[in-house]
Amino acid sequence: MPASFPQYVTEAITGPLPDPPGVKLQKEGLKAKHPVVFVPGIVTGGLELWEGRKCAEGLFRKRLWGGTFGEVYKRPLCWLEHMSLDNETGLDPCGIRVRPVSGLVAADYFAPGYFVWAVLIANLARIGYEEKTMYMAAYDWRLSFQNTEVRDQTLSRIKSNIELMVATNGGKKAVVLPHSMGVPYFLHFMKWVEAPAPMGGGGGPDWCSKYIKAVVNIGGPFLGVPKAIAGLFSSEAKDIAVARAIAPGFLDNDIFKLQTLQHLMRMSRTWDSTMSMIPRGGDTIWGGLDWSPEEGHSCGNNREKKNDTQVSDEAAESAVSQARSANYGRIISFGKDVAEAPASDIERIDFRGAIKGNNAANTTCRDAWTEYHDMGLGGIKAVAEYKAYTTDSVVDLLHYVAPKMMARGTAHFSYGIADNLDDPKYKHYKYWSNPLETTLPIAPEMEIFSLYGVGLPTERAYIYKLSPAAECYIPFQIDTSSNDEDTCLKDGVYSVDGDETVPVLSAGYMCAKGWRGKTRFNPSGIRTYVREYKHSPPANLLEGRGTLSGAHVDIMGNFALIEDVLRIAAGASGEELGGDYVYSDIFKWSERIKLKL
Amino acid sequence: MPASIPQYVTEAITGPLPDPPGVKLKKEGLTVNHPVVFVPGIVTGGLELWEGHHCAEGLFRKRLWGGSFGELYKRPLCWAEHMSLDNETGLDPPGIRVRPVSGLVAADYFAAGYFVWAVLIANLAQIGYEEKTMYMASYDWRLSFQNTEVRDQTLSRIKSNIELMVATNGGKKVVVIPHSMGVLYFLHFMKWVEAPTPMGGGGGSDWCAKHIKAIMNIGGPFLGVPKSVSGLFSIEARDIAVARAFAPGFLEKDVLGLQTFQHLMRMTRTWDSTMSMIPKGGDTIWGGLDWSPEGGGPGDFNCSAKKLKNNSTRNTGQNSNRNLADMKSANYGRIISFGKDVAEVHSSRIERVDFKDVVKGDKLANSSSCDIWIEYNEMHNDAIKAVADYKIYTAGSILDLLHFVAPNLMARGGAHFSYGIADNLDDPKYGHYKYWSNPLETKLPNAPDMEIYSMYGVGIPTERAYVYKLTTQHDCYIPFQIDTSADGGSEDSCLKGGVFSADGDETVPVLSAGFMCAKGWRGKTKFNPSGIRTYIREYNHAPPANLLEGRGTQSGAHVDIMGNFALIEDILRVAAGANGNDLGGDHVYSDIFKWSERIDLKL
Repeated sequence: MPASFPQYVTEAITGPLPDPPGVKLQKEGLKAKHPVVFVPGIVTGGLELWEGRKCAEGLFRKRLWGGTFGEVYKRPLCWLEHMSLDNETGLDPCGIRVRPVSGLVAADYFAPGYFVWAVLIANLARIGYEEKTMYMAAYDWRLSFQNTEVRDQTLSRIKSNIELMVATNGGKKAVVLPHSMGVPYFLHFMKWVEAPAPMGGGGGPDWCSKYIKAVVNIGGPFLGVPKAIAGLFSSEAKDIAVARAIAPGFLDNDIFKLQTLQHLMRMSRTWDSTMSMIPRGGDTIWGGLDWSPEEGHSCGNNREKKNDTQVSDEAAESAVSQARSANYGRIISFGKDVAEAPASDIERIDFRGAIKGNNAANTTCRDAWTEYHDMGLGGIKAVAEYKAYTTDSVVDLLHYVAPKMMARGTAHFSYGIADNLDDPKYKHYKYWSNPLETTLPIAPEMEIFSLYGVGLPTERAYIYKLSPAAECYIPFQIDTSSNDEDTCLKDGVYSVDGDETVPVLSAGYMCAKGWRGKTRFNPSGIRTYVREYKHSPPANLLEGRGTLSGAHVDIMGNFALIEDVLRIAAGASGEELGGDYVYSDIFKWSERIKLKL
Repeated sequence: MPASIPQYVTEAITGPLPDPPGVKLKKEGLTVNHPVVFVPGIVTGGLELWEGHHCAEGLFRKRLWGGSFGELYKRPLCWAEHMSLDNETGLDPPGIRVRPVSGLVAADYFAAGYFVWAVLIANLAQIGYEEKTMYMASYDWRLSFQNTEVRDQTLSRIKSNIELMVATNGGKKVVVIPHSMGVLYFLHFMKWVEAPTPMGGGGGSDWCAKHIKAIMNIGGPFLGVPKSVSGLFSIEARDIAVARAFAPGFLEKDVLGLQTFQHLMRMTRTWDSTMSMIPKGGDTIWGGLDWSPEGGGPGDFNCSAKKLKNNSTRNTGQNSNRNLADMKSANYGRIISFGKDVAEVHSSRIERVDFKDVVKGDKLANSSSCDIWIEYNEMHNDAIKAVADYKIYTAGSILDLLHFVAPNLMARGGAHFSYGIADNLDDPKYGHYKYWSNPLETKLPNAPDMEIYSMYGVGIPTERAYVYKLTTQHDCYIPFQIDTSADGGSEDSCLKGGVFSADGDETVPVLSAGFMCAKGWRGKTKFNPSGIRTYIREYNHAPPANLLEGRGTQSGAHVDIMGNFALIEDILRVAAGANGNDLGGDHVYSDIFKWSERIDLKL
């Protein structure tokens, strides 16, 4: 409900609104119990200027990211310069300090009227929460996770604040609520905090078990998002890198005139954090040339409005499952024919040995530098001739087209699956945010929830083509002429069930199977729960972004999700919530993944 | 400099401005070193609504205090209801939760464009400070100090954040910068943090020594302020209780109307913290019937409000301001006198009738029309007359007076604050928290490497004593008021509008801000057993040179001093590693050392 309408106007049109969850649960007698910690995702946290160059005069302690984004329009190039990090170190450029906003205001609203955490905070307040029992673990979401500690000591700060909240609330453990990229960030934190100093926080092997009651992940890209690939590979216009993907509606094309894409690509490529979202687990998780966990998924784009009688999706979907289905395993295909052909029919020429050579074109594109300009035409052609890329080879592809960026990225992130988790190499921080290369803490009392929206088409694989040559161009682009309703192909993008950003597979697999029971990734048998929320659009304009949304950010205002969160914060366990609550085929799909557990 | 005027316009008129201290010191090579902690004063910290009654709908997490004060004007009664605390407990009333804003934004600006900490923060940032090295220890300034821990665990929070900052900055100790009432709050904190749990924080007897490099008190009312007496006694129109005193320019009587005004009095009386400002140390510190530390003789403060513009050749404040030797001296020790004649004659000629045993009785007038509760409505006419017949009140008897006229309020206050002088600091009773914010009833921590600074403005007439009269009777009235017709006559007189003023920063007299660092704690004393070094840094007030300068870069006024370039420079140097001797030791314009000598306190 837009705040601008007084309640009586809304009610006159729609009839009385249901009580918000906080009011309802307060009447039931729920009260603030466990302190809660919010871990915001990429892009939703505000950033402000602490030191800048001449062009940024007068912006001291003003928000560069979040709020009105006024400066993007007033001085776009200056803004880009200040939002970028150093290309070599991934840290501050000389003479520039941009820092995360702290406190609840860091991420309650992303922009005026565009709530992120505000609705949840307001509902928690109804049952008695306030600042002493709520903590926003704000961090600079542009940095690699470990660098937030190196530069700002953010992980130490989170540790200290959780310890303080537990101590000042009679020893009641914290309920942690990570959203989006906050989910891998908090995985990293849990490894960091128990690891010995100086690489870790030195909290000892029972820190998590002593301080955390539950980790309630919202829209977690545990295993990455295919969108990250399209963002890093080509910065598509409809989806500027990861930034744009996760907070729609900002950074429109026309601000930077023609070179928008290159500028934004250059900026977002200095953000190491974007590389935390590259799909993890390779072909084992995401499928190979001719199989994928989700195959057979039918794409009912026009979802029916939610009625009292829930349509049984199982039946509806299995009816069409005989139809042709997308080869989701091929995350990038060059050409629609390649995407559809049986694997044996594709002739692939390995690109890995190809010499990139010097760019033939005159590189006068200094102000919009991207690594593509170091790539010769030969290299570009070699990439296209490999034709189909699965998740394993996509990582190689990124190494090939953006070697510097990936060199920086692989110092901080890893995308594999561990054979032997006891191998001492896994003590390195670059593995800490990958659930497939780490063990959960020993905390048998703790609970892990995965809460996410379903019922929205979510990007899963792409059809690419070579761009027509031009100066300062990005040589690959999504072939938007490719469409096929039967295989969920729209404008060059194959979609699958999810929350519009994170596919169900990434959000659900770990809690549905990878960590379920005692597994090698979950040695103490921490209980896990999958809670899905089926998307339904707002009933009318007055509802704003809806109270039944399953979309990646809007779900933060979903009444059912908020109710679950409040119940957990007030003391309920997963069993008391009713255990798993699932609409999608996540359990079926998880079964198809052959991973040693 | 108002931000709205671009720099080149300013420069065209005034000539090039001097570099702000941060820029200047950065060129000298100063960089971030010790983490800093800000402790805001009363009134300057923002408060926001977390739970309210029906009338406050739509105000969730909106500022009730600070910012634009919009709601005060839109719905004054609702606002006063939510800003009040429970009259018995001094904590939340049922169904209302108002909480301090956290983070640097809590007190960087008090209202739009009215800076408090913002200028200092900006200058610290110039030499490399940022949020990880700056912490705003915001607290609910309406509560008694110990109650901020009981309700919000604020003291635990400050302890934890200081420990975190020291740990994440390579073990470098913090520089603490309390302002105004924050000075007393931080005294309380230092006792709390080393005291054993559950009353204290259990940090152990070396916590301060381990974590604090220096405390740089700004405008600290160490020994209270006379203003709080008039605030509690009569809430004068020109000065709504303590609230108005510490943040001028808001809460005007004329925009609110008389009824609202009395509501405000009721509101401020629910704030236990205001009682932390009642003058401490009684007659020993503030003077008796016939003497006061500041009183009498040549060289005393000249009360002319007209200050010389500050020129490039700074005149030596020592002499030029203070040479009117033959002015009649005020009896500052008589904090309240009933009538100007009483204020001036020798004490042997005053007949006083003790008021303490008078029965208050029931009020004769039917008080049904008074929907506003104040304790005066329960006071009999005879009792009111008895108060006036006592004629003169010194700092010692003021306490009796307040206990007599506002017993409920003072009972609450007496549980949290104390105003005496300790004979024997080892008496176990001083382990109680009510003594922790009184420097005359506590010992400083055992921290010989720590430094304590007292930084404050001088050169502005500051309220010190009052001439009162009885109010003409009507319903719901406050029976006493300042006799604004009492005037000293000459322009330089210290008596104006019924108020005797002395040297100070417009709110805190020099005596209160300076005595402890000038004498009470100087060297090893019983109040400072480990001999923590103390320094006095005074800043002589000069009004802004022209309108473009805004609130000025050389102000000595209680809040505006936070933008004083010399003060900011001192703070930056200490934060970057300097000690008191590097700064040049004491820097004094007032007679604080002379006045301190006149105070006969066993040290």
